Amino acid sequence: MPRRLLRDAKIVVDEWRYVTEAATDSAAPLIVTLAQWQLEPDTWLARGTPLGVVLSPAQHVEQLAPDLEHFALVAAEFSGPSEGRGYTQGRQLREHWHFAGELRATGYVRRDQLFFMARCGFNSFELSDTDIADAYTAFSTFTAAYQPANDLGLVHKLRTRVSAAGAPIAGTLT
Amino acid sequence: MLRGYWRDCGRAKYRARMYRYDVTDKTLVRQRVAQFRDQTQRFLKGALSEDEFKHLRLRNGLYIQRHAPMLRIAIPYGLLSTTQLRTLARIARDYDRGYGHFTTRQNIQFNWPKLEQVPDILAELAEVEMHAIQTSGNCIRNTTSDHLAGITPDELEDPRPWCEIIRQWSTFHPEFSYLPRKFKIAVTGAPQDRAASLVHDIGVHIVRDDSGELGFEILAGGGLGRTPIIGQVVRKFLPREHLLSYLEAILRVYNLEGRRDNLTKARIKILVRSLGIEEFTRRVEAEWDSLRDGGLRVDAAQIERMRSFFNPPAYLALSNTSPEAGRETAFRAWYRYNTTAHKVPGYRAVYVSLKKPGVAPGDATDVQMDLIADLADRFSFGEVRVTHTQNLLLADVEQGRTYELWQSLERAGLATPNIGTLTDIICCPGLDFCSLANAGSIDVARLINERFDDYDYIYDLGEIDIKMSGCMNACGHHHVGNIGILGVDKGGEEWYQITIGGAAGADASLGSVIGPSVPKAQVAETIEHLLEVYVEERAPEERFLDTVRRLGIKPFKERAYAAPIAA
Repeated sequence: MPRRLLRDAKIVVDEWRYVTEAATDSAAPLIVTLAQWQLEPDTWLARGTPLGVVLSPAQHVEQLAPDLEHFALVAAEFSGPSEGRGYTQGRQLREHWHFAGELRATGYVRRDQLFFMARCGFNSFELSDTDIADAYTAFSTFTAAYQPANDLGLVHKLRTRVSAAGAPIAGTLT
Repeated sequence: MLRGYWRDCGRAKYRARMYRYDVTDKTLVRQRVAQFRDQTQRFLKGALSEDEFKHLRLRNGLYIQRHAPMLRIAIPYGLLSTTQLRTLARIARDYDRGYGHFTTRQNIQFNWPKLEQVPDILAELAEVEMHAIQTSGNCIRNTTSDHLAGITPDELEDPRPWCEIIRQWSTFHPEFSYLPRKFKIAVTGAPQDRAASLVHDIGVHIVRDDSGELGFEILAGGGLGRTPIIGQVVRKFLPREHLLSYLEAILRVYNLEGRRDNLTKARIKILVRSLGIEEFTRRVEAEWDSLRDGGLRVDAAQIERMRSFFNPPAYLALSNTSPEAGRETAFRAWYRYNTTAHKVPGYRAVYVSLKKPGVAPGDATDVQMDLIADLADRFSFGEVRVTHTQNLLLADVEQGRTYELWQSLERAGLATPNIGTLTDIICCPGLDFCSLANAGSIDVARLINERFDDYDYIYDLGEIDIKMSGCMNACGHHHVGNIGILGVDKGGEEWYQITIGGAAGADASLGSVIGPSVPKAQVAETIEHLLEVYVEERAPEERFLDTVRRLGIKPFKERAYAAPIAA
């Protein structure tokens, strides 16, 4: 059963495979865990396909940062409904390490979290089949925001960046 | 039926001097109502499980309590316009049982709304620029402040513009909406700390550096609950433009490093304690380095714009008077205890006591709320404040009109002359309402009031506070009460552990347990024994707290347990 996901606000069939799924499909782009990567990076590179990596909640972005150039995808794992470290990991990857590839939310991902995830730089979301159909509506939950983040054009107006005269100043997204 | 906020404002004589929503603020709050309405409908249709919905409703102040849902509504830094207060009165009348409960975090709670009506309540609130956003859940909660902000003579600067700047930054913060645990920030602008900032996750103090420049002292890691800890200084002086980036750095370190494996060890205080303040500070500063020059810098224009909302009202040119001269004893007592100094000559700040004996501390009826709104329009420029001690305040009353105001408050049962005294008890809702509580609180407050009903004695005791919580979560701040009372469950019975020597101000300290817990019927008597020791041992003009600090708990303990404690 192919996995569907929401990527750049469109429902698509996932072309990526996790290591556990890859046995039958050696040509597919592959997602490894950070531990698997660190153990034998050359083996994975020798595969010749695009590579992705899973970052667990307790792992620090700094552990991944030196090798970031090898990855076209980073999947931050959300282990449950109250897990929140991935939001910071996402922003750090985008804003501090300038990661420009696919940033994916995996694990416990529900439509009601998508707006915040997207503002933290995530652009793809592994959702359940029951949640995925209407999930895109979450991106328009709010049309403005009070704080700068990593919006990728999601939020049209940043409230705090308006000066006394009401004129937009540096940092405004329009 | 909804009444237009702006039409009401036009009708009111005064426009409250508070932050006013612009189009964007209004849009956001309405979008939040729509989001929550959709979530509630999905839950009621069965598309969201109980547990999934719990994580969503908790971000909107909605708890499932003992009798019904409990809805907590945010009152940012305790400031209300009379139009807003009238809306709260109407909600109490139309959706609840005719009363509301003001909390130690300057919010209001309703105990009897129906789940399916909550979206409608939120829609009514949105019309008057109010909401329940982030009043519960593991996110940044309502920012609290000094209820005397802007009027107290010893203030360096009004903290409320900064509270609003923090409110906006923290609202729907995408990175910090799923923190390890709840997060509370308090801001003060005066040396005297009336916001209990030392027992907050972050305390922000407006201070001056050696060159006279205004900025902030930042504390972190304070908190009550199961493990009470006094906050520690992270930064002695932070230039004002960096406030938000520095808060963001602290929150980021906490979000990544705070414990998520054990709810009772998840607050930032545990992280600060386990890392030590030096290492915690080092990590915050390192994170701040990458944030300080980003988009969070607060510029002068923003500060000015925010300040303009809190400009002083049109005070009359008056001189100080003695309105109590020649008046009856009851008024003189009220004036002495229930009013306080104002920085403008001829004015006084007036407490509306919500601590009438026999009434649950912090409760007000819809009729009382409407009356207080009317009185605020007549006497105090259309503004009402909620104090963290669960009273209300009319901040700007002409001294010459206090007698007239007192008469109205007295008739409504809102002039109990006990502010700052033994019966001005801070109290959580306790077992009567809260599903977390081990023991009742309101009942104990009633019993204390029944035992101590002689005002000559109460006034002789002077400044003393009792704080009571029905469980370890410490919503009633018992650790920092001069006398603290904690409800415990002992074999299905309600017992109470008593502490003394706690304080919440700038000299904050945690109380010490005097001994084994006592049954409900003996709480008031035990307190009486503690007070006997104080009266016998006190030096002239010495407060209860200072006597305890000087003598230690031993003599108090000996007297309290001289007779055997029995159920």
